[in-house]
Order: sequence, then C-alpha cells, then structure tokens
Amino acid sequence: MSRTKLSAASIKLPRESNNKPNIMINCCMALAIAAIYSGQTHAENMPHSNKLLLTGGVSQVEGAAGGGLTPWAVIGGYGTNNEIGGSAHYTYVDTDDYNLDTYGFTVGLFDRVEFSVAEQRFNVNNLRDKVEAAFPGAIGRNNLKQTIVCVKVRVAGEAVLDADTWMPQIAVGLQYKENDDTDFIKSAVVGAKSDHGTDVYLAATKLLLDKNLLLNGTIRFTKANQFGLLGFGGDKHDSYQPMLELSAAYLLRKDFAIGAEYRMKPDNLRSPLNAALGPNAIDLKEDDAFDIFVAYAPTKNISLTAAYVNLGNIATVKPVGADFGNQVGVYVSAQIGF
Amino acid sequence: MTFNIKVIIATLLASSTLLLAQPAMAEAYATSPNLGNAPMEGTETFQAFGGKEGLIKIMDDFMIGLVADPRTTKFFNNEKQTFIKAMLVEQMCELMNGGCKYPGRDMKTSHANMKVNREAFNALVEQFQFAMDKHNVPFSAQNKLLAKLAPMYREIETTTGDAVPPKVLAN
Repeated sequence: MSRTKLSAASIKLPRESNNKPNIMINCCMALAIAAIYSGQTHAENMPHSNKLLLTGGVSQVEGAAGGGLTPWAVIGGYGTNNEIGGSAHYTYVDTDDYNLDTYGFTVGLFDRVEFSVAEQRFNVNNLRDKVEAAFPGAIGRNNLKQTIVCVKVRVAGEAVLDADTWMPQIAVGLQYKENDDTDFIKSAVVGAKSDHGTDVYLAATKLLLDKNLLLNGTIRFTKANQFGLLGFGGDKHDSYQPMLELSAAYLLRKDFAIGAEYRMKPDNLRSPLNAALGPNAIDLKEDDAFDIFVAYAPTKNISLTAAYVNLGNIATVKPVGADFGNQVGVYVSAQIGF
Repeated sequence: MTFNIKVIIATLLASSTLLLAQPAMAEAYATSPNLGNAPMEGTETFQAFGGKEGLIKIMDDFMIGLVADPRTTKFFNNEKQTFIKAMLVEQMCELMNGGCKYPGRDMKTSHANMKVNREAFNALVEQFQFAMDKHNVPFSAQNKLLAKLAPMYREIETTTGDAVPPKVLAN
C-alpha cells in the first residue's frame, strides 16, 4: 500500500520549467524505484518496518532523515540491515512574511544508504507585492523553486543499540541542490554566484537510551544562501564554509519526543543594487536558524512534527516598506513511512 | 641510575599488585559471569518494575507476545518457554541489582543454536516494551533496562539474512 504512495509522490517531482536536472532526478528515481522493486522479489521474507519507533528520525527540510532542520546520521525509513524502507513527506513552514512547501521521498537501503529527492517552493509574494510598485518585474514569480537530491551513507556505529559506548552512529552525506529561478537569484537584486551547489556533511547521532536523550551534531560544508533558495555564493562570500548544526531530542514516550535544533547558516549575499540604492537598502543578511519541536509517531507508518522556528532575516527591502527582518513562525511536517 | 631502577621496580611491583587485585575486587561484587552487562548501581529501576513479582508477571505477558508475533514465534513457540521465562527473570533481576544471580549461559552460547537477525531482535524489544507498558513500568525505567540489554545485540545477532529458529536437539 505504501508503494502507491511513493509513486504518487514521485510523479509530482519532475520539474516543468528547466530541463537540465531532469536526467539526474529521473535517474535517481529510477534507481530508487528499481531498488524497491528488486527488494520485492523477496518481499515475503523481507518486511519493511522493523526498526524501532522513531529511530529513523523524521524528514528534515531538505528531505534527508533527521530532525526538522538538520540531517542526522540515521538512515530514513523503518528498514533494518536486511530490509528496504522509505517514506514520503510533506512539510510546510510559515513565517511572518514567507512560506515554504517541501515534498519528496526518502529510500533507506539496508540501514546503510539513504537516497532522497525533494522539491521546495518558497513563496515570496508578500515581498514581491511590495517590490513590484517600485521595481516592476524585479521578482519574476511568487514561488522560487529548487530540487534537492541527497545521498547519505552510514559509515560507522549504531545510534540506538550501542548503549554501552559513547561511539555515535556516523554518516556522510551529499545534498545536491538546483534552483530553478536562475535569472532572479543571479540578478542584481540578489547577486548569487550560482544556481546550483552541493552541500557535504558529516553527521554523528547518539541515543543515550538510559537518559531518554538523543543528540546529534552535523558539520556541513556549504555555499547555499537560505538553504539554496536564494542560490549559492554571493558578493560578500563565495567559497565553501563549515557550518555547525546541533539537535537534541528528549523522548517522553516511545512515540513522542520534544527537542530543539540549531543550524548555522552562511552569510554570503550583498545585493549589487545597494551600490545604487544605498547601503543595506536591500538587506540579504542571513541569520542562523533554530527551532523547538515535538514529534509524534502514532504508528510506524505515520509521523507528525510541529515546530516553532526562527529563521532570522531572509530578504528585507526597506525603501518599499518590506521590513521583514525577523522570520519567526511554525513548521509542520507529515511523513508516511513503509 | 640505581635510583631510577629502584623506581621502575617499585612501579612495576605496584602495578602488578593492582592487576592482581582486580579479579579479587570483581569477585567481591560477584556478578554472574554470563550476565551480559554490568548490573545497575541503585535499585530504583528494580522497584519501578515491581520487584521480582512484577518481573515474573511482565515475563509471562512478554512470552505471550513473543509467541503471538510472527517475527518471533519461531524462536519461542516451543517447550522451553517456562525455562526461558525463569532465566529472563533472573537475568533482568540481576541487571537491575535486585539481588538475584543469573545461572544461565552467556548470550552468545544461548543463541548459538539459531540465527537471530535485527528484525527479530527489534521485534523482541517491541514485545518487551508492550509487556512493560501493560504493567505500567515508567518509560524512563524501561529505557534504563533496555540500555543494559540493547548492546547484547552484538552477541545475539548472528545473521543479516533470514532468521532461523532454534534447532530441535534430540535428547
């Protein structure tokens, strides 16, 4: 039954406007689907849901298994070391002046390798409404869109069962991101240097079972501006920088956790237009993000996450009255697993 | 020079005495050699389980769950249930510092006659959680015991392939 969910999610994924990344996404989806169907031949003795509840994490904002903001070292889905698992997810973030939709799917192979594909739509219509009067056409669309293809490999450790050591589960991952709105993000308004980029990260996750506490630390090398929604690199900075991401979750019950996360973000952008409009007329200073979340898994097939999230400043255009300096809001996410 | 040699000899003597003292100290605590993990320090967790009577009731329901669960039934639907339950009670009791002595075999030997995979291991954990929930063991006490048991997967799991039930031994 969950396989139909997966194909429903993957049908939505091909992008309409720009054709270069389609090959990559199609190839990745084909790989994921082939993996699932090859698993089906021994489906009788290969159930898909034998990991312990919530130990596959939830889908983080870029589609990898983790917390809400940060990828963890766990492999998504409920498959154990001789099983294939996966999930489809939808996440909605609504801050004061922006909102973001993310949807995609994740496949976990033998608790070792994780593939995920996600698409993000970043709604900037509040900003666009205000900018349009003074600079017609400066922001072409209401929705900025990017596609994210991720792979993660568990390289060491067992986050849940190795309760007698401090050794965490360790994974390395890549997140390839391609932004659709090349013209806008590379325009004089934003000044991003590229419309695509690859984040590389190392994550360590440890469940301190006797303390009901899960800890995660991730170090990510990235050039992404606002997760990549505003492109990669900028006039202030255009090289890879290490960013620290931390999560802590306290388990109240086996199906219910509360926690907090912090994600450091680079600050690469300086609008080229400020040369004409005056310093900081367009303020693209990027702040670190944090959230406080609750996660609930009523069954192994469903997990729900809700969070208070603070993303700081994203884009503020003071001359047109778009004083959008501190983006605080809610994050809700639903995940259907198999 | 001679002073240095004296120091070295003294150090060697002192450290060898310490090394010799080590097993004697372990003997004083007298943890059962096959227990599989070090027992807890206090007895709060043991109390939270309702002592040994509580453990016996939990193990009765645990075994019912293990036999009912299609993932574990082939390991437990046999004539050894009473023996296994009694061993589990002693092992859990000693791990929770409840004053018991686990008389059974070590985890590797006792599972050598079968093939346990992660699926079966996790299924057993889930059934144990159900049984503990049924007997109102607080979640944090459950996890304190599970933290003692979880690392035993290294001895218990012997395959990443299919689970194979215990061989019936002709006696």
